[in-house]
Amino acid sequence: MKVTFPHMGRMDIVVKALFAELGVEVVVPPPISRHTLSLGVALAPEGACLPLKINLGNFWQAVEQGADTVVMVGGVGPCRFGYYHQVQQEILRDTAHAVQMIVLEPPEKHMGELLQRIKVLTGQASWWRIVKAVRLAYEKSVALDRLEQELLRLRCRERRIGDVDRVYGRYCDLIDQAKNIADVRRVLAEGLQAMHALPLDWQKRPIVVGMVGEIYALLEPNGSGDLAKKLGRLGVEVRRQLYLSRWIQEHLFKTRTERRSIQALAAPYIGCEIGGHGQETVGSAIALAEQGCMGVVQVGPLTCMPEIVAQSVMAQVSHDRDLPVLTLFVDEQTGEGGMETRLEAFVDMLERRNRIQQAGLNR
Amino acid sequence: MQRFFLGIDVGSVSTNLVMIDGQGDVRETLYLRTQGKPLVSIQAGLRQLAKDYDDAMIAAVGTTGSGRMLADVLVGADVVKNEITTHAAAATHLVPAVRTILEIGGQDSKLILCRDGVVTDFAMNTVCAAGTGSFLDQQAARMQMPIEKLGAMALEAKHAVRIAGRCAVFAESDMIHKQQTGHGLPEIVAGLCAALVRNFLSNLAKGKRLEAPFVFQGGVAANVGMKQAFEEALGAPVIVPPQHGVMGAIGAALLAKEWVESHGVATRFKGMAVADAVVQAGSWECSDCANGCEVIEVITAGSPVARWGDRCGKWAARMTRDEQDVAWGDLAAGDAERTTAAGSFVG
Repeated sequence: MKVTFPHMGRMDIVVKALFAELGVEVVVPPPISRHTLSLGVALAPEGACLPLKINLGNFWQAVEQGADTVVMVGGVGPCRFGYYHQVQQEILRDTAHAVQMIVLEPPEKHMGELLQRIKVLTGQASWWRIVKAVRLAYEKSVALDRLEQELLRLRCRERRIGDVDRVYGRYCDLIDQAKNIADVRRVLAEGLQAMHALPLDWQKRPIVVGMVGEIYALLEPNGSGDLAKKLGRLGVEVRRQLYLSRWIQEHLFKTRTERRSIQALAAPYIGCEIGGHGQETVGSAIALAEQGCMGVVQVGPLTCMPEIVAQSVMAQVSHDRDLPVLTLFVDEQTGEGGMETRLEAFVDMLERRNRIQQAGLNR
Repeated sequence: MQRFFLGIDVGSVSTNLVMIDGQGDVRETLYLRTQGKPLVSIQAGLRQLAKDYDDAMIAAVGTTGSGRMLADVLVGADVVKNEITTHAAAATHLVPAVRTILEIGGQDSKLILCRDGVVTDFAMNTVCAAGTGSFLDQQAARMQMPIEKLGAMALEAKHAVRIAGRCAVFAESDMIHKQQTGHGLPEIVAGLCAALVRNFLSNLAKGKRLEAPFVFQGGVAANVGMKQAFEEALGAPVIVPPQHGVMGAIGAALLAKEWVESHGVATRFKGMAVADAVVQAGSWECSDCANGCEVIEVITAGSPVARWGDRCGKWAARMTRDEQDVAWGDLAAGDAERTTAAGSFVG
């Protein structure tokens, strides 16, 4: 059995760590490229959202490299993603690239359920080994998220374009190679140090923008047209609440409850879960505004129902909180020019507002 | 000596150049067809301006529009700004009280909300051509009518026929259908205007509060039928500034003026001589990784002066602004060969 899985940000490093520890052979799909996307677009129904298309491209390329089994998360809430594993399996079955699909459904109550599901996949592995593998994979996820958080914060201070990204990429690779938890922690500390040692403009007082929206668009740069990087290059410090490690804690380990407070903030506008990340998008926008973000960019895949609902509610949030919100829906047709123009105009708007507010404070 | 500020708006359909004076009044406006060759049209515009202005009179330059980067590389701009910011700057300058800006250009439309001269919200439509200038152009041509007369004809209508305006293709077939069933041309044209306005408002104004005063600008604002349709839909008068067609360029000039005045810097303008420089623009696909970015490169005198379009930034990084200036060096003027814009530039 050669197992593959879809890309989502640097999740590949986390999944690889888990399976490697369990002795499962893994085929990591090649990095997402235009070729990946065109394979996915050719296979997927036209109206399906971008994540499905990129997933299919990932699977196709992984099968070409020898993968025969796909592990997917499924059954999460009433968003379409919940049955993508089924759809993807059917689509691949119609091609020469048929695969076995294993679905990891998040546990309903307790993380014991998760361990049981992993055991199904590995068969022989002892409980101790499974726990150890999960711990290392989780530690890597935490470290990767911390690095990414710093990437989003420091990109706008770069004196030479691409410096922070380069260091980020190098230390992601080192985290990938780390053998144990102590290693991961050491590499993370070194990575943060290396980022801070770069020639950065520490005097700069950048515009701070919050990124909210659908999880794939937030975590996978190719799912948002590289939104975070574009904002960074426009001189914006980017903040985000949703990271993979937080999602793992909340949905797989059931040990963290940050989502509850986000949902409470959203409650006056959306009182219940509406699928996907619709409710969290609204709550996160408010939370980020309270933490000092001067504006919020909402991003989701085109045709994403929960984000469409959130978008219509966001107009009211924007009005109530005097919070500028820009909503972007991304798919394979999204033009670079149009997106850049909107982002630039949004940043201009925030800068001008900020200048006026500062002048008002100084008076 | 009087100082002037040059604004250049390189759009999909037209390239506009304006010159404003120290008081912010518009002294000169040029409207040229881009025709897919932005470099050629900018140079043609500069050549016209060079008759009345010399380099020393230009205190700052701003560029905007989809060809703003290219224009910057050619002329050396102090400010390179997106269309939304420049359109808002021009509208708030000419109509300081404006709260809602309706802009319809060749291939996109924008809605910009302002309070006290500051942009508070905006929306932009680039996905759908229905309701933009190109579509009206096409329909006027189909009905064998000069585009300038389309608006006046709409005003003659006794009522507006209901036309499906959601999509340019459906709108056209619906118009043909209405013609075949015997409706008069003025009523159909009025219906088309109403449909485009409906489309504009439902696409861009989602959930936003539109408040008077309204300013309508962009090439399509010349169409009195569209102005009337907006007034009916909004239930309020709509102001069309006399310079409605070159607002982007005016905004770029104003922002350039603001920039050099507030920072006390000299302009980066390379001089009118660039009108005769031999400049080539082209693109290639980088094959260093799987992204296959299309890198755009501008070449003069055999060496690259600017590059962009690469996601990782390694090509652009080799060509920072200062390096660009060095690469340009002393640009040969005189009787150089004509500029060619190679590659596939869509304005």
